[in-house]
Amino acid sequence: MFTRPRFLTSAAVAVVAAATLAGCASDDASATDPLEVTDPWVTTATPEDMMSAAFATLTNTTDADITIVAATSDVSPEIQLHEVVDGAMQEKDGGFVVPAGESLVLEPGGLHLMLIGLPEAVVAGDAVDFRLELADGGTVAFTATAKDFDGANEDYGDEG
Amino acid sequence: MPAETSGLSRRRLLLGGAAAGAGAAITLGAERTGLLPGSMAAASVDTAGVNGARIVPFHGAHQAGVTSTPGAHATYLAFDLLPATDRERLRAWLRLLTDDAARITQGRGALADLEPELAVRPAGLTATFGVGREAVVRAGADAPAWLGPLPAFPEIDALEDRWSHGDLMVLLHGDDPTSISHLARMILRDSRSFATLRWRQTGFRRAYGSDASGTTMRNLFGQVDGSRNPRPGDDAFAAAVWAGDEAPAWLRGGTSLVLRRIAMDLEGWDEVGREGREAAVGRRLADGAPLTGGSERDEVDLDATGPNGFTVINPAAHAARAHVADPAQGIVRIGYSYDDPVEAGAVDGEGRPAVSNTGLLFGSWQRDVDAQYVPMQERLAQADLLNTWTTPIGSGVWAIPPGCEEGGFVGETLFT
Repeated sequence: MFTRPRFLTSAAVAVVAAATLAGCASDDASATDPLEVTDPWVTTATPEDMMSAAFATLTNTTDADITIVAATSDVSPEIQLHEVVDGAMQEKDGGFVVPAGESLVLEPGGLHLMLIGLPEAVVAGDAVDFRLELADGGTVAFTATAKDFDGANEDYGDEG
Repeated sequence: MPAETSGLSRRRLLLGGAAAGAGAAITLGAERTGLLPGSMAAASVDTAGVNGARIVPFHGAHQAGVTSTPGAHATYLAFDLLPATDRERLRAWLRLLTDDAARITQGRGALADLEPELAVRPAGLTATFGVGREAVVRAGADAPAWLGPLPAFPEIDALEDRWSHGDLMVLLHGDDPTSISHLARMILRDSRSFATLRWRQTGFRRAYGSDASGTTMRNLFGQVDGSRNPRPGDDAFAAAVWAGDEAPAWLRGGTSLVLRRIAMDLEGWDEVGREGREAAVGRRLADGAPLTGGSERDEVDLDATGPNGFTVINPAAHAARAHVADPAQGIVRIGYSYDDPVEAGAVDGEGRPAVSNTGLLFGSWQRDVDAQYVPMQERLAQADLLNTWTTPIGSGVWAIPPGCEEGGFVGETLFT
């Protein structure tokens, strides 16, 4: 299951994808939200693995850095903010920082929200609600579409 | 062509790249150089990829694949619903597929798309979704009476299940087969949880840029095919295609698709002389004009008689049998040729190993299959000189829901 070479290839491609999507997203972003969430999606989870990962492009519309310290969802008792280092996933120290006026891309092989211990399956087409908690106490809600996805099979490291 | 001219042309062709200048030669390389026939001008080269960047808007009152001019390539996909795909799951599936199509036809990657670079040259890519009777039933909506298999036409039909029917149909057409392939792949990937692929059929016309824009296609019999076809934007097109008050509310602004896979016996056709070929259709091969004269778009004169007193157009000619006086009561055709690998063990009419597996993906839009398509097909089944060389081997009918606006999905009207 740890298809590292394939994952590395897809990560390189996803960087380009993110640039394209972020370009489109800025067209319909409303200027009022400090953090715009575009193109959110989440991988489906079977009763066997009970894990899932969520991705999106986060755009900071303010002139101050925004730090995401936690994420929650009704479908999962625990969500960790993950990064991938040398092909292995680990929790990101200090949360996700979205620099002022810039976008942060959560993508397969990179930063992502890791859903752990899902009690029920997430099936293709499900709409999954998420809430991001910011360091300043604010929250940002978004809904991600569940998609079947064979990738994102990173090494779970010690947590696997 | 005299030998000297031919020699000159060949030399100029060989020198074409160099003659264009060193800078241009580097840009153009060896590809697409050459000369236009009958002129000394070098063919111009599109260095910008203008047609590749062409985007047909996805959202609107009608599905864009119906309203846009057919692209050079087409892929049809048909799916069978899994038993567990109930009303809610069907709705989720249509949402996912709409999202894939809305993104990739507009030149950007889908969600969870690991090859978004393949989407950046849509070249007019469109996606059109159609539902079969079973999908309408599972959605809990009323199906029009015509939604189901066509009546049997035992005189001509040799239908095979592997090319027929399906609970959901997707037609992708555009000028770039790579873009089509990419969208097909995303759709197939996102369908695994809901349905199985029943069949896939691909077809083509002349490549973009080969014909002047607006040229009627030729099928693989060499015939100009579809001369009297109403074009998107014509009044006759709208009258023939869009379902109105007579249809269930969810279908208004939509239409129907009949797809017939028609095998063409090229070896048998080889035995027919040019005169016989023209007589079988009632049109000239050179330009598609009626045998009664005029130009391609002129009406066929079914009453005109020749010196021997017989009508010029054989009453059994295809053009005579398919003729509909009022285009609003007719169909709008969308045809694509296929030329597939010969199947193992296939033989031709002479009993020899077959060398051709060719035909036509005959599609037609109409607001009411029973009122518009079936009467014409009945006439053609009873008598059509072309039937000698053509055999329908696949058949399907789908309702084509109206288009959707941004944030909506194709088929949403089924769930209201």
